[in-house]
Amino acid sequence: MKILVTVKRVPDPEQKVKFKGTSVDVSAANWVINAFDEYAIEAALRLNENAATGEKLGETIALSIGPKDVSQQLRSALAMGADRAILVGGADEELDSFAVARIVKAVVEREKPDLLLMGKLATDGEASQVPQLCAALLDWPQATFAAQITANAEGLEVKREVDTGIEVKQVKLPAVVSVDLRIISPTAVVNGKTPATHAYQEGPRYASLKGIMAAKKKEIKEISLADLGVKAAPVTKLVSAEPPAGRKAGVKVKDVAELVSKLKNEAKVL
Amino acid sequence: MSNVLIVCETTPEGALRKASLPAVTFGKQTAEKAGGKLILLVLGSGVGAAAAEAQKLAPKTIVIEHDGLKNAIAETYAPIIVRVAKENDVSVIGATATAFGKDILPRAAALLEAGMVSDVIGVVGPKTFRRPMLAGNALCVVEGLTPVVVASVRQTEFPAAEAGAPGELSKGDAGALDGKGASFVRAETTKSARPDLAEARVVVSGGRGMKEGKNFGVLETLTDLLGGAMGASRAATDAGMVPSDLQVGQTGKVVAPELYIAVAISGAIQHLAGMKGSKTIVAINKDGEAPIFQVADYGLVGTWESTIPALIEEVKKLKAAQS
Ligand SMILES: Cc1cc2nc3c(=O)[nH]c(=O)nc-3n(C[C@H](O)[C@H](O)[C@H](O)COP(=O)(O)OP(=O)(O)OC[C@H]3O[C@@H](n4cnc5c(N)ncnc54)[C@H](O)[C@@H]3O)c2cc1C
Ligand SMILES: Nc1ncnc2c1ncn2[C@@H]1O[C@H](COP(=O)(O)O)[C@@H](O)[C@H]1O
Repeated sequence: MKILVTVKRVPDPEQKVKFKGTSVDVSAANWVINAFDEYAIEAALRLNENAATGEKLGETIALSIGPKDVSQQLRSALAMGADRAILVGGADEELDSFAVARIVKAVVEREKPDLLLMGKLATDGEASQVPQLCAALLDWPQATFAAQITANAEGLEVKREVDTGIEVKQVKLPAVVSVDLRIISPTAVVNGKTPATHAYQEGPRYASLKGIMAAKKKEIKEISLADLGVKAAPVTKLVSAEPPAGRKAGVKVKDVAELVSKLKNEAKVL
Repeated sequence: MSNVLIVCETTPEGALRKASLPAVTFGKQTAEKAGGKLILLVLGSGVGAAAAEAQKLAPKTIVIEHDGLKNAIAETYAPIIVRVAKENDVSVIGATATAFGKDILPRAAALLEAGMVSDVIGVVGPKTFRRPMLAGNALCVVEGLTPVVVASVRQTEFPAAEAGAPGELSKGDAGALDGKGASFVRAETTKSARPDLAEARVVVSGGRGMKEGKNFGVLETLTDLLGGAMGASRAATDAGMVPSDLQVGQTGKVVAPELYIAVAISGAIQHLAGMKGSKTIVAINKDGEAPIFQVADYGLVGTWESTIPALIEEVKKLKAAQS
C-alpha cells in the first residue's frame, strides 16, 4: 500500500532543557527524529515488505514540516528504507498542531496515500493531537496508540493501548494510525505477506551502509506553504515557559530499618 | 458563550469512571473564571448509573444514550460532543487525558476548528491553562485563541469532584451515527483487584533490574501490604515482565501518589515524567549513581533481593503494631 509517514524533528530528550527569558531556548539543541516517528517509519516499512523474500509491497513516503534542516531527519528516514520524502518549509514557532494538521491534509490530498502513519506523540510539545486532527480534517477513521497492526481484507485491525489494557479497532482504508511504543516489538506488524513465523528484531531498524548510500540519491521534494495553498492562523499561543521547581535533594538511608523509620516518622506515609 | 462542557467517561458496567472526577473539578474552576455554567455530558448505552452520579456533580448534566454508543469510538463520539457544545453556548470543552480523552478530544477540536491544550495541570484564565512540556522539564502557559477551546486534563493535578445537591438532568438525542469506516472489535482488559494506578495512595514500581516477571511477586506482596498499585518502567513492560498498562512515564500513566517506591529503576527522564509529582519518593537500586536517586527523598543502595523481603517484614511488623 502507499503509506505517508510523518516525521518531526525534536530536541534530543537526553539534553538538558535550557531557557531564555520565558521561553525554551533550542538554539543549542541537538535535533533528532521524534522517537515515535522512527517507530512509525519502522511500522510502515514492515507493512510494505515481505521480510522473508525482501519483496517490496508498496511505497513509503516520509513527510516533515519544519525548517530546511529537517532534511537531515528525512535523510535518516530514507536511509532506513523510505522511498522518497517531502519537506514542507515552516518555522517551528509558527506551527501549532492545527497548522501542521492542515498542511498534512494538503499533502495527503496531493499524494492520496492509503494510510497516514504517524507517531502518537511528539516528545517536545507532547500534544498528542496531530494524528486525530488530521483524521477529522480528512474525514477518515482513526486508530490511535497502535501497539499492533494487522492488515486484512477490510483494512487494518489495530490493537490500541488504552488505560485498562488493549482495545481492538478495525478501520477501513484510507485511515490514520498513530503508533505507540510497542509497535516495534518483534511481531507487532502483520501484513499477510511476511510469514507469520517471522520475528523482527526489537526496535526500529538501523540504516545499513547500503541504505545510507541509497538515501543520498533519493528525492526530498521541498514544497512551500504557498504552493500547498495552506493558510493557517494560529489557534493556540504559547504565552510562557519556565523550568519546574526542582525536588529537594533527598538522603540516602543505610538500611531497611532506617527507611521504614523515616517513612513512618518523617514522611508520615506508613 | 461561556459555559464549560466536561465529557465524562463510563465503565463497561455503565457507571461513571472515577478518572473523570478531576476533569469535573477543572470544569468548575474554568466555569468560574469564564462566568459560565458547568455542564456534564454522559455518552453511551446503559449509562443511567453514570448519569445519576454525574447529576450530583454539576448544575446540569446531559445524557445521550444509544446502542451504537456502547463502545466509545472517536468517529461517533466527536460529532456529538461538537453538537452539544454548539447547542449549549460552550466556550471550553474538557475531559480527563485518559486514552479516551486523548483519542476523542482532538477529533472534536478539529471539527470545531478549535485550539486544544493537552494535559492541563492548572487553570490560569477562562481559556488559558498551564501544562508541562518536554517530559515535564518545562512548565508552560498556553492560551486558546478560538471561540471554543478544548482541553484535556491531567488526572493527578486536580482533586476529584465531590457529590452535592443534584442538578438538572436532560436527555439528548444521539442523531445519526457514522463510524466513518471504523468499528470497535473488542477490549482485552487486564483485570486487577488493586486500586487504579492513577488513583492509588501508594505505587510500587519495578524496572529492568527485576530481571523476570516472576520476580515481581515480592513487589506484589509489598504493594498489597501497603494497599497500593503496581507500576513498572518501560524496560519491564517491554520485556513482558508485567502488562503494558502498568507502565509509568511520559508515555504511560502519570501518577502522583503519597508514596512512590521505585525498585531497580534507573530513572530515565521518560520515567521521571510520570512520577516526579509524587509526594514522597523512595528509590531502591544497587547502583548508588543511578539518576533516580536525584529525585528520591529516601534512597537505599542495595539489590531488591537483599532489601525487599526485609522491607516486607518491617512493614508487616509496623502494621501489626498499628492494628
Ligand atoms: C519515546 C520513548 C518513550 C519512553 N517512555 C517511557 C515511559 O513512559 N516510562 C518509562 O519507564 N520509560 C520510558 N522510556 C524508556 C526510558 O528511556 C528507559 O529506557 C527506561 O525507563 C528504563 O527502564 P529501567 O529503569 O527499568 O531500566 P534500566 O535503565 O536498564 O535500569 C535498570 C536499573 O536496575 C538496577 N538494578 C539492576 N539489578 C538490580 C538489582 N538486583 N537490585 C536493584 N537494582 C538493580 C540498575 O542499577 C539500573 O539502575 C521511553 C523511551 C522512549 C525512547
Ligand atoms: N512538524 C511536524 N512535521 C511532521 N510531522 C509532525 C509534525 N508535528 C507533529 N507531527 C506528527 O504528529 C505526531 C504527533 O505529534 P503531536 O500531536 O504534536 O504530539 C508526531 O509523532 C508526528 O508524526
